[in-house]
Amino acid sequence: MNKPVVLDHPVKSKDINPWRNSDARWGRMAVGLHWGMAVVIVGLFGLGLWMTSLSYYDPWYKQGPNLHKSIGVVLFVVLVLRLMWRWLDNTPASLDNHANWERKAGHIVHGLLYGGLFAVMISGYLISTADGRAISVFGLFEIPATLSGVEKQEDIAGVIHLWLAVGLMSVAAGHALAALKHHFVDKDRTLRRMLGWP
Amino acid sequence: MKRLTLAASAALALAVSTPNVGAQATEYVIDTKGAHAFVQFRVKHLGYSWLYGRFNTFDGAFNYDAANPEASKINVTIDTASVDSNHAERDKHLRNEDFLDVSKYPKATFVSTGVKVNGDGTAHVMGDFTLHGVTKPITIDVSKMGEGKDPWGGYRAGFEGSTTITMADYGMTFNLGPASTQAEIMLTLEGIRK
Repeated sequence: MNKPVVLDHPVKSKDINPWRNSDARWGRMAVGLHWGMAVVIVGLFGLGLWMTSLSYYDPWYKQGPNLHKSIGVVLFVVLVLRLMWRWLDNTPASLDNHANWERKAGHIVHGLLYGGLFAVMISGYLISTADGRAISVFGLFEIPATLSGVEKQEDIAGVIHLWLAVGLMSVAAGHALAALKHHFVDKDRTLRRMLGWP
Repeated sequence: MKRLTLAASAALALAVSTPNVGAQATEYVIDTKGAHAFVQFRVKHLGYSWLYGRFNTFDGAFNYDAANPEASKINVTIDTASVDSNHAERDKHLRNEDFLDVSKYPKATFVSTGVKVNGDGTAHVMGDFTLHGVTKPITIDVSKMGEGKDPWGGYRAGFEGSTTITMADYGMTFNLGPASTQAEIMLTLEGIRK
């Protein structure tokens, strides 16, 4: 490990609800949503690529897509809750050592990630509901079709879904590399405060 | 004698100027506009049931004369991307590289090369079928349903036919299971006389 990093925003921990964000760091809720969703999103990307390569007699031929769609719907709900939480709670201030261009780039990348997630989810939904069929979520309830019957809808939505997902993964990789750069090159708290570390 | 010659030359002139009705097959255009023609297929699902699908977009024409059915000809061109099995996700799969690969092979065609009429009102229509970029000779078993005037001033003739192809023969090798290697193609074609 690196030697302890000097805090540029000293935290008076007893005054702060650990679930809420403070000026200096992200709270447990934001940290949990960020990393939980990161794992699920990368997992859904892998599952999507894998399930479309399966042979007809593979036991996962039907289960894979069912799981992919069900988790995707849940992820959509969690994403909406996350954005509501982000809107309701404080947002930690940018670190002083962040350059202006870094702040701007960060905002753009975060916007791309949120917007990209919605776009990938909506395009996926439009594949499965192209003929008016509903999407079953873990067999518990169904999301009905809204826009359906557009000429070649499933093909167009399919191409968009795949390439937006690839694009989203690329932006997420850039986001991760930037975080690592802050941690190892700039040696600042950008990554640490998203890990819930002091 | 002179009158006889005149009559003979008049008859000859008539014979030359008027097409020989017996030998000249009549041209029909397949009524896809009014959707009185269907290109359907079925494949066994797991060996337990049939899966039916169809191609919604195609066109074609045929020549047919009841007096000389062996002179009949037919050609049909199918837009492979119009495959419709009543399930969007399956249709998307049927269009991709595992099956029809429609971006690479947008058309399937059948062009007849000969007709062999059976005694019982049925016929074998031989021809070249091109699917997935592969052309193979096939025989379609055809029976005539009927022909005659329609209520709107036209004249129509209709046929149905079927043939069975092995998908691997056309380079489509996605494994659907041992019971599902073949597709039966079923045609119902109504033509409007030109």
